[in-house]
Amino acid sequence: MSLAAGWLSAGQFWAADEPSQLLPAREQMALTLGFHIVLVPFGVAFTFMMLIANYRWLRRGDADALLLARRWSQVAAVLFAVGAVSGTVLSFELGLLWPGLMGRFGAAYGIPFAIEGLFFFLEAIFVAIYIFGWDRMRPWPHFWTGVPVVLSGVGGTLSVIAANGWMNQPAGFTLRDGVVVDVRPLGVIFNRAFWYEAMHMLLAAYMVAGFLVAGVYAAGLLKGRRDRHHRLGLAIPFSVAAVATPVQIFVGDVAARAVFENEPAKFAAIEALPRTGTHVPEILGGVMIDGRLRYGIEIPNGASLLSGFSPSTRIRGLEAIPAQVRPPDHLVTMVHLAFDLMVGIGFALLALSASFAWSWWRRRAVPENRWLLRAVAISGVLALIALWAGWVVTEVGRQPWTVVGYLLTRDAVTTTGNVWLFFTATMVIYAVVGVATFLVLRLLQQRWQRQEEAEGGDADVPYGPSRARGSAATRSGA
Amino acid sequence: VSTLAAVLLFAGVVAYAVLGGADFGAGFWDLTAGGAEAGRRPRHLIDATLAPVWEANHVWLIFCLVMLWTAFPSVFAAITTTLYVPLGLAALGIVVRGSGFAFRKVVVRTDQQRVVGAAFAASSVITPFFLGAVAGGIASGRVPARGYGDPLTSWTNPTSLLGGVLAVLACAFLAAVFLVAEAIRRHDADLEAWFRRRAVLIAAATGIVVLAGIAVLHADAPRLFNGLLGRGLVLVVASGLCGLAALVLLPRAAPHLLQLLAVAAVVAVVLGWGVAQYPNMLGTHTTISQAAAPTATLWALTIVATAALLLVVPSMALLFTLQQRGHLDHA
Repeated sequence: MSLAAGWLSAGQFWAADEPSQLLPAREQMALTLGFHIVLVPFGVAFTFMMLIANYRWLRRGDADALLLARRWSQVAAVLFAVGAVSGTVLSFELGLLWPGLMGRFGAAYGIPFAIEGLFFFLEAIFVAIYIFGWDRMRPWPHFWTGVPVVLSGVGGTLSVIAANGWMNQPAGFTLRDGVVVDVRPLGVIFNRAFWYEAMHMLLAAYMVAGFLVAGVYAAGLLKGRRDRHHRLGLAIPFSVAAVATPVQIFVGDVAARAVFENEPAKFAAIEALPRTGTHVPEILGGVMIDGRLRYGIEIPNGASLLSGFSPSTRIRGLEAIPAQVRPPDHLVTMVHLAFDLMVGIGFALLALSASFAWSWWRRRAVPENRWLLRAVAISGVLALIALWAGWVVTEVGRQPWTVVGYLLTRDAVTTTGNVWLFFTATMVIYAVVGVATFLVLRLLQQRWQRQEEAEGGDADVPYGPSRARGSAATRSGA
Repeated sequence: VSTLAAVLLFAGVVAYAVLGGADFGAGFWDLTAGGAEAGRRPRHLIDATLAPVWEANHVWLIFCLVMLWTAFPSVFAAITTTLYVPLGLAALGIVVRGSGFAFRKVVVRTDQQRVVGAAFAASSVITPFFLGAVAGGIASGRVPARGYGDPLTSWTNPTSLLGGVLAVLACAFLAAVFLVAEAIRRHDADLEAWFRRRAVLIAAATGIVVLAGIAVLHADAPRLFNGLLGRGLVLVVASGLCGLAALVLLPRAAPHLLQLLAVAAVVAVVLGWGVAQYPNMLGTHTTISQAAAPTATLWALTIVATAALLLVVPSMALLFTLQQRGHLDHA
């Protein structure tokens, strides 16, 4: 499944002498990528949770787990389809909106996408076998057809992030007179940004999918559906996300230091640091006005300590960037605030995971504290916001470059046609498809609730589904 | 090695034409199946047949795009900056079609099914039309090497319109034949007859359009015309014979033979196009070696494609086998 490899826009960046197509092209890429990136965690990580539930049923005969796995695979089927086609649009857009990038650098930039294509193939094939194989395949072989889905999700993520990392840290090619004359494929793939960006995104996918799905069941628990089905539906995805969270914070810290080392311009924007210096404070929040960050909360020496473990660590400021490619104030503000938002949410989710784990450790059960459940219910949306924010940091933080140091975004954009028209049509269709996706998932949920009520209702049976349904489910899955 | 990359790319085009084409064609029959009551059974068969395979078949398109922009970047940019109207519409058509299909599997109320079903079916006809028009624009040499060709006449010309119409018809023909086989597998004699009748009609219509197309190409794309009747002649004749044989045998023949003939007819005509314009990438100009990426890129692609061959082909065979044996049906 295709992942984030793009541009984001929120207004006119380089107002003067900017090609007229740049703004609509950026907006369109932002819209379609922002849409697609929501579906990515479901293709990549949700399938893993589905397999956990499936495994639990196979090993322990847990009928609730089976029901979850079957329902989740129905949800995955819908979201995978929308993700597949919205990813295809991104492929078209690379050529339709950014011919300057593809025509000049396709020979290098394209290689990771070729590998991603291979993984997408495997994922599409096995996801179909898994989703449609419930009734007629034997349980264990059926389970194993789900494993390639999870693995190719990981592989696909790594491939697309390799392409994105390459835009931030281009490597593995030789340019002569502006033409790519030689390519070192491994150099392209394993560019300097590859590992930290890839791990960061992969973990983000597991967090978003985990917290979002757990949130749905937390909402159910809050509404009084306190049966085992809902507890398990919360416990499985939440556990995955809660394990991923501390690892993510560690990886994020490593990534931030790598950006400090390798991408000084982006780091200066993240810190909103006008001048190069030592003893740089970490400023939380704030707005860039006339080249200075105002109204933020200052932590003395913070940025220097975090970057190099010493107050005397020297950090390059925005002044070190040549004036003609220096990001304007409002862009710096955007990157800086997006970074703070991402980190803030990350720590909030860490606290939530920890309090949940503490409660579990003491009571060996899914907590019933309403405030904790409310927090879980909104945790998925927060994780999604953090994902978007992180993507803004990477992509807006790269501007005005598309391929850092080699290709300006204004030289990558198409110079023909009317992108506003294309953008408008896309907006309408995506709005309809987005709303329809939501409604279709709600429809599924309501149908399942009606089924439960018709069958005597799990809501009345605190610790398990009705006997009849449990055995029927076991039979039909066998 | 640049020729090898071009062959791999073209193999992807052929695979997408057949596998993706049959899926688009199923949408054509869905669209023309009549009202909710009359069309219920054919639509149900289409739904059950398409659901497990369409996404895997769709990936061939991604394969083609990725191969094209990596192995022949300038050609990709030339095509997208010229044919952006039909390509943009095809991209949006793909979104509507895929989502519409996935939604229809979930909703159960007839009025809701009608809306999402119509979205799926209509975009299943529109999308191959635009892709066919793109092929026609390329084949008739209307995409300049440096791109930014005429945004309108590059796809509103006679060859493009022929390509679009032929694509829709060929998809519908393939789908009808595949659905005949699927109806037989499910022991549904009514539906078998339903699709056999329609396959005959569409095969005849395709034949007529092809005959008319000869005149169109002669007038509008003489170089393509000469290529097809020169180097490509064997393939064109083979395609015609397969199509004709399928048409004649349609009322009775075994489904496997029909499928073979239908696939062969489509493969041969697409191959004919490739052979006719070889070694040009953009119809009449820009040779494979002129447009090719550096050698290391091409080798990397060859390795990835070989890995794909080793992994994807058996997986796909598994998917199709499971489907043929009914392992992916609902209980």
